[in-house]
Amino acid sequence: MRRSAHSILGFGLVGLLLAVIAIGFVWLPYDPLAIDLDHTLAAPSFAHWLGTDAFGRDVASRAMLGARISTLIAVETVALAIGVGTALGLVAGFLRGWTERVLMTFSDALLAFPGILLALALVSVLGSSRHSIVIALAIAYLPATIRVVRGAVLSIRERGYVEASRVAGDGALYTMWRHVLPNALPPILVLATSLFGWVILSESALSFLGVGVPPPAPTWGNMLSEARPYMYVASWLSIAPGLCIVAALLGINMLGDALRDRLDPRDRP
Amino acid sequence: MTAPLLAIDNLRIEADRPGLPPLLEGLSFAVAPGERLAIVGESGSGKTMATRAIPRLLATGVHRAAGTIVFEGRDISQSEGAELRAVRGADIGLVFQEPMTSLNPALPIGVQLAEGLKLHRGLSDAEVRARSIDMLRRVQIADAEGCLARYPHEFSGGMRQRIMLASVLLLEPKLLIADEPTTALDTLSQREVLQLMVALTNELGTALLLITHDLGLVAEYTERVLVLEKGVLVEEGRTADVLASPKHPYTAKLIGSLPRREGTRAAIPADAPVLLSIEDAKVDYPGRPGLFRAGPPKRVVDGVTLEVKAGEIVALVGASGSGKTTLGRAALGLKPLAGGSIRFEGEDIVKLDRAGMRAFRRDAQFVFQDPFSSLPPHLRIGEIVGAALRHQSGMSATERRQRVSETLDEVGLAGFEDRRPHQMSGGQRQRVAIARAIASRPRLIVADEPVSALDVTIQRQVLTLLQKLQRERGFACLFITHDLAVVEQIADRVVVLERGRIVEEGSTDTVFAEPQHAYTRRLLAASPALALTEVLAPQ
Repeated sequence: MRRSAHSILGFGLVGLLLAVIAIGFVWLPYDPLAIDLDHTLAAPSFAHWLGTDAFGRDVASRAMLGARISTLIAVETVALAIGVGTALGLVAGFLRGWTERVLMTFSDALLAFPGILLALALVSVLGSSRHSIVIALAIAYLPATIRVVRGAVLSIRERGYVEASRVAGDGALYTMWRHVLPNALPPILVLATSLFGWVILSESALSFLGVGVPPPAPTWGNMLSEARPYMYVASWLSIAPGLCIVAALLGINMLGDALRDRLDPRDRP
Repeated sequence: MTAPLLAIDNLRIEADRPGLPPLLEGLSFAVAPGERLAIVGESGSGKTMATRAIPRLLATGVHRAAGTIVFEGRDISQSEGAELRAVRGADIGLVFQEPMTSLNPALPIGVQLAEGLKLHRGLSDAEVRARSIDMLRRVQIADAEGCLARYPHEFSGGMRQRIMLASVLLLEPKLLIADEPTTALDTLSQREVLQLMVALTNELGTALLLITHDLGLVAEYTERVLVLEKGVLVEEGRTADVLASPKHPYTAKLIGSLPRREGTRAAIPADAPVLLSIEDAKVDYPGRPGLFRAGPPKRVVDGVTLEVKAGEIVALVGASGSGKTTLGRAALGLKPLAGGSIRFEGEDIVKLDRAGMRAFRRDAQFVFQDPFSSLPPHLRIGEIVGAALRHQSGMSATERRQRVSETLDEVGLAGFEDRRPHQMSGGQRQRVAIARAIASRPRLIVADEPVSALDVTIQRQVLTLLQKLQRERGFACLFITHDLAVVEQIADRVVVLERGRIVEEGSTDTVFAEPQHAYTRRLLAASPALALTEVLAPQ
């Protein structure tokens, strides 16, 4: 029963997030970039539901546009990190030997740097744009993905059905695709949903350090960092994007758990 | 009659989820002090459940719905907290099935032995040490003093089960519950552990409740037996009486399922072609990885030469660690050889080209021991069996489907294509595994302990099925097992392996009638089911 409540909440929150993004394409309360110096740091009111920021920009509008940009960055980064990481982890764990040693040395070398520092360095090289942030964060989170996938594969490759596939004369690629990957999906899915959260937070950290998505475009992350100086005079500035991040992460994580349960073959007819 | 040590009255166990039938119903029995009682039944008969209920150790998801459990005149079914903990361990000891996981791998043996003594008896360290060493000697652990400082992974399964036994008996409980204590062990260690268990409980006056599915053990080691079927007690009585003249049809069925030879198999013609020939095969396992290079490799198969003729069933017998499984896998090219060669129809399988390898994979198949891990959980049965035909050239999708349904029909699973493995019982899964192996019409099947994970009645069905298919199809079979009773039922020839070398080889009849090597004789003597079939034979 708890399980279905979780999945309903998960679907609800993610649905809400998608709805907000969709509405943002056709309608926003105000132009999120329009500066109005007569109404700076206004408290939430009927005119400005979530108040205005230091430049008089409407916080609600910026949060809605920020949802689009932050989600897009998170989805792209997770897709890239999980896609490449799964492929490499699968190959390393299944083939073992030299392939594994080379791949794991590479991944451990990346792991030796703190993720955020690595991303920072990469963004400085690639330049501050949405694409370079995606690439930098994906590379920073790659080693974790490779490790998780390889770990799952190491245990799956010892199961009888993998050997049975070998006895049947199947090639390594086919066995990996048909037998190993489907059974490694649950941990990968859990990782993907947690990654989603880490990426949103890392993006805000990058913004905080001044190499995130360049202003004036809003993301939840850079809204948070812009709000910091006004924490005591205009707390709504940090509360609004903060709540957005919490709701999105909660929704995605619950949805991920629900999907993982559904992936369990024992639950299928 | 003296007052019973334990009296269970009208015990009923139900699942927490409403609407399911009870798992155990109206079970009443008593155990006298010092008595040796067996509870037998197949998986799902509730025998484990019944004994777990005694020290109140039922798994989550089930509960005791009715009944009393009176131990030494006190109803312990309502006890809680300290009162209950005083009974557990001190008065009622438990030995579980799995010696690999029932000892804590992170603590030395000495600490684990001392735990119970300190908790229940409050002895001094010196006293605890003295008693631990004494008990380890009694379970015949060499170097008992050194053993205290060692860790569980340094011991084999049989040794660990002895240590487990020592730790439980240290407290001199009045009742010892042993739940399939030797199922995970090979025949030789099984016998040693059980004999120790019986001798020590006799000495200490401890009553023994032995839960098992193995009637051979029941006959040899217990005085009284209870037979459970689907949660209901169907028969109870003196072991000798029950086994000699079972009253309930279920008991009769259990006894009838013991493997035994039926008629004689037509002899393999002397000029039958050699299908598989293993010459001086050696297989190594890599040594422990060291800091700079791995330690010396461990030789598991050491120079085995063996032939399997077309249509012949050769049993590969040995205790665990004898290298029999490794040899079977090497025979199919699943383990690289360190020396020697494996030839299939005269062709060295290492030197096969792509097409040759594909043909070999079609002609030689494997049946795994564990039907739970050998079937991919995410596929349907039809897909699993069909996967074996993927490399069959010139087969259309329709022909393939046709072949899958024929094959499933042959193993008695017609119409199971759309099921998934988790919806099937162990016996059905093993039938699927057999279907997968025979779908490509192979000429050789290597079967690695294909029935040892199954209940006796199911074991018999699967063995009969294998025999029937073998007769019809005429494939050769390398049958790996530690169970000599099974060997006697199906094999033409027996090869006995000890520490990676062949110690005896010959036709099944000859080896069983006149075992030449001491190791074979020990194996035969330790086989409880064989002893039982001899007892039952005159009837």
